[in-house]
Amino acid sequence: MDKFEKLTGIAAPMPLVNIDTDMIIPKQFLKTIKRSGLGVNLFDEMRYDDDGKEIPEFVLNKPQYRDAEILVAGDNFGCGSSREHAPWALKDFGIRSVISTSFADIFYNNCFKNGILPITLPRGAVDVLMKDAEKGSNARMTVDLENQTVTSSDGDSFSFELDSFRKHCLMNGLDDIGLTMEKAASIDSFESQAAQARPWV
Amino acid sequence: MSPKTLYDKIWDAHVAHEADDGTCLLYIDRHLVHEVTSPQAFEGLRMAGRTVRAPDKTIAVPDHNVPTTPGREDPKNMTEDSAIQVAALDKNAKDFGIHYYPVSDVRQGIVHIVGPEQGWTLPGMTVVCGDSHTATHGAFGALAHGIGTSEVEHVLATQTLIQRKGKNMKVEITGKLAPGVTAKDITLSVIGKTGTAGGTGYVIEYCGEAIRDLSMEGRMTVCNMAIEGGARAGLIAPDEKTFEYVKGRPHAPKGAQWEAALAWWKTLFSDEDAHWDKVVTLKGEDIAPVVTWGTSPEDVLPITADVPSADSFEGGKVGAAQRSLDYMGLTPGQKLSDIEIDTVFIGSCTNGRIEDLRAAAEILKGKKIAVKRAMVVPGSGLVRAQAEEEGLADIFIEAGFEWRLAGCSMCLAMNPDQLAPGERCAATSNRNFEGRQGRGGRTHLMSPAMAAAAAITGKLTDVREMM
Ligand code: SF4
Repeated sequence: MDKFEKLTGIAAPMPLVNIDTDMIIPKQFLKTIKRSGLGVNLFDEMRYDDDGKEIPEFVLNKPQYRDAEILVAGDNFGCGSSREHAPWALKDFGIRSVISTSFADIFYNNCFKNGILPITLPRGAVDVLMKDAEKGSNARMTVDLENQTVTSSDGDSFSFELDSFRKHCLMNGLDDIGLTMEKAASIDSFESQAAQARPWV
Repeated sequence: MSPKTLYDKIWDAHVAHEADDGTCLLYIDRHLVHEVTSPQAFEGLRMAGRTVRAPDKTIAVPDHNVPTTPGREDPKNMTEDSAIQVAALDKNAKDFGIHYYPVSDVRQGIVHIVGPEQGWTLPGMTVVCGDSHTATHGAFGALAHGIGTSEVEHVLATQTLIQRKGKNMKVEITGKLAPGVTAKDITLSVIGKTGTAGGTGYVIEYCGEAIRDLSMEGRMTVCNMAIEGGARAGLIAPDEKTFEYVKGRPHAPKGAQWEAALAWWKTLFSDEDAHWDKVVTLKGEDIAPVVTWGTSPEDVLPITADVPSADSFEGGKVGAAQRSLDYMGLTPGQKLSDIEIDTVFIGSCTNGRIEDLRAAAEILKGKKIAVKRAMVVPGSGLVRAQAEEEGLADIFIEAGFEWRLAGCSMCLAMNPDQLAPGERCAATSNRNFEGRQGRGGRTHLMSPAMAAAAAITGKLTDVREMM
């Protein structure tokens, strides 16, 4: 997995609340058996018209946001299905961090498995960053994972909370499965105990 | 011992390892797998030279992207991408030696219907699946939740999941439901009250007289939509109804093991003084048959209400509501019961079980549909067979419904079962998101009886007028 340390980039504003995973990557793109190549279909139904032409008003189609690496979004981002295609599509497009007041659980979790940092901040902070993102490509935001801060182009800085295990894995690009396998002895002993206690499982 | 909730008890029984910072490895008793969210996980195992740790606890079935029309055993009758995903699952199931129900098997169906039906889902278990509606299995007093594909790979390889414990939320539905009000109305009304993020970070336990009174099918409907309220898992304490349902199922324990299991299952309830981080209470009597008007499951109103205006909401919801109204093509002030519909879809893991088909058939008996198209997609081949045996299929067919094979179908419209742009659908599924049932399609969620009533009148209809 890619490491995430510090990122300075363009942030795109998406003030809509409840952006769901069907919006992020509609189901017709779940038919792949690969993880890559989903970026062109990110937000497909908002981004292209029925003929497949770009809708110019959609934020990521605007010249100043085409290279966005950060999204600033409305409440409850990523609600809906468990599809990991959502973070795969974001990542493939180039988004490395999403900022919102809240995230749906499964989506939030899936981000960390793919080197994307979801940042939860209070409404006031998100409002400031949303305004900053609206300035376009001149406004570069900085996400610093080590120090757990987001800094707007004007220098307004906000700290965010993050689970220490997730931070550690993201900063070091660690693979969860490898880490868990180091605890195989605990799993083995749990399994034999459980087989005694609940043999019907 | 300090008092515990049901969630606490199941959690404590499954922690295989706990790190100093509270991150746990939760042992997984059942891992359900389907064709859309698993190919990349199996691919990951192959690339790392790993195996499935507990193939006996892993069950696969194709459902999301399979055709629901006859002849589908032959891949030539599938779209190319369906055939690829189904072939990948066939191969992965075989290569890794996991239980498998192919499309040709009568037991095939929606993964969340197959699990309970075959007795894979039992009280007190941890159940996961790469699908957010895994919460359904919580109806048995199991801790069940959806996971992403990386986690699918993690569970395949280690039979555990890296987790932190969630908070406890109690949703109590007191008293009795009025006639015409169903489990679907309960679960939608709860989301209407809490919002789609109200349960984020929580595991919900549904309780109260109205929940106890529900059948297992109804309880599955309620738990199914916990995720729509933001909660990863929803559960209901097991009771005699649960044990009765489980007993004799193919993979349920038998003989002495049944007795041992039963003894443990009977301890699975929240203790009197257990701590709840959040409590929501609804009176059963206050719940009406409801429908959704917008593009979020929280956009719920009684069928007797009018379409709301965007400025009746607050904050970011004002813009979202306006966007919903535009997308849905609705005018504030319009009566919900005046909304004309084109299509009816009865099925999905929310409402594709036998009881749901019975409820719809009850309303449809001897009537004809007044909509352009209507389809019933039973949740599994066994549900389909039973419905045929009970004569329900005939009622649907005579009314003008298409009688399909089991699968997810128009719930997520990955296969050719899709709405056209602007087409308006009365659906028994669980998501009314933009484009969910087909690009530009407009979805109103409701119970099977309400969907049947809408099929007959061609409009959203209060089913109580037909009873
Ligand atoms: S029926 Fe719908 S909600 Fe249920 S598993 Fe299938 S796609 Fe998901």
